[in-house]
Amino acid sequence: MSGLNKVVNNYQDAMAGLEDGMTIIAGGFGLCGIPENLINEIKHKGSRNLTVVSNNCGTTEHGLGVLLPSKQISKMIASYVGENAHFEAQMLSGELEVELTPQGTLAEKMRAAGAGIPAFYTATGVGTDVAKGKPVRHFDGREYILEQAIKGDFAIVKAWKADTFGNLIYRKTARNFNPLAATAGKITVAEVEEIVAAGELDPDHIHTPGIYVDRVIQGTFEKHIEQRTVRSQSDKQGA
Amino acid sequence: MALSRQQIAQRVAQELQDGYYVNLGIGIPTLVANYIPAGMQVLLQSENGLLGMGQFPSEEQIDADLINAGKQTVTMATGAAIFDSAESFAMIRGGHVDLTVLGAFEVDCQGNIASYMIPGKLIKGMGGAMDLVAGADNIIVTMTHASKSGESKLLSQCQLPLTGKGCIKRVLTDLAFIEIKNGQFHLLERAPGVSIETIIKLTAGELVVPEHVPEMCFE
Repeated sequence: MSGLNKVVNNYQDAMAGLEDGMTIIAGGFGLCGIPENLINEIKHKGSRNLTVVSNNCGTTEHGLGVLLPSKQISKMIASYVGENAHFEAQMLSGELEVELTPQGTLAEKMRAAGAGIPAFYTATGVGTDVAKGKPVRHFDGREYILEQAIKGDFAIVKAWKADTFGNLIYRKTARNFNPLAATAGKITVAEVEEIVAAGELDPDHIHTPGIYVDRVIQGTFEKHIEQRTVRSQSDKQGA
Repeated sequence: MALSRQQIAQRVAQELQDGYYVNLGIGIPTLVANYIPAGMQVLLQSENGLLGMGQFPSEEQIDADLINAGKQTVTMATGAAIFDSAESFAMIRGGHVDLTVLGAFEVDCQGNIASYMIPGKLIKGMGGAMDLVAGADNIIVTMTHASKSGESKLLSQCQLPLTGKGCIKRVLTDLAFIEIKNGQFHLLERAPGVSIETIIKLTAGELVVPEHVPEMCFE
């Protein structure tokens, strides 16, 4: 009996049940707040024909990008896919199907799936290629398109701290899509830097309540930086 | 003389108001942060989930968990808040951001904007741009007026895939500050030393030129 204890101790157990052809929703923005080791486990496991839903597809070397040379992803749903050489090649050859989705719509698709909302209307994308084939409705004289929620067979997220019940706390902008992804998986796996006993996290500080989380694993992270920008004493850019 | 990237940013900064929440896109818009007038309180929204983006970090301050929407390492300004991506786009879609500044490949006199894709050439994705142009009321597009070969980017109809339809009202180029209304471009200001003839020549869409067109002022 493990009761409410969500802790697993190895990556095989963390991703147990992942099969070819499944849909995976992944948290992260660029390489910030990505579940690095869960992604590596998917690569190691060799699952194929995956649909992956995430804001980006990593870089050539890191993040979800590592699943591209092994051709494990057949469809990618993302808002921005600019930093990966393999990506464009596979997209142009037709090996990889890509559904470009506006960032806010992508976040809302995850949030809606987790909240049991099958679809929602938004003004984002009206009059663009994104609107093609989607039902349109007018509210108060403005045009909106209907966007469907996206549920994952798996959701994989990265948090800073967890307790054994799977309550999660994120750190700084590594939060991004993670709390939304966490709600949208049939099986949600959280990879964290530290696991503490239930009761040790302040309930007022929890970002993702453990009810959404099925498995928690403690990992060590490389945390690669895509754009290492530093200010010099004379440089005010980015102020 | 056409405006430099810095001068474009400087002119946009003149549109800031005390207490504004502002989203700055990648490229020239990012530079606007350098010209926030002294004593004015402005908080920068970064759509990856940060309200109150600070300057770039020192070497010691670099934190892989703290980046902006351009994936650059940043710091947090005093009074910053962190939130998830749905919350971030609730702010944007809900019309809570006071000013949005973003770049474009083309705009047209119907207020359409194309900024995210060049078919067969550049396929990177729209990121948050479609949400920003659909959600914001107060948008300034910054761009060069024409391509290096002299082809206008201010058209009667955008040729590239649209980022948003009928949503752009103000465009600041290296040559001119232009308002879009009633299906026409209206010339508001010109860059110092740039002739009205040059602007007319490089504007493909219908351009309305008033009798007096002031030059932009810089401190």
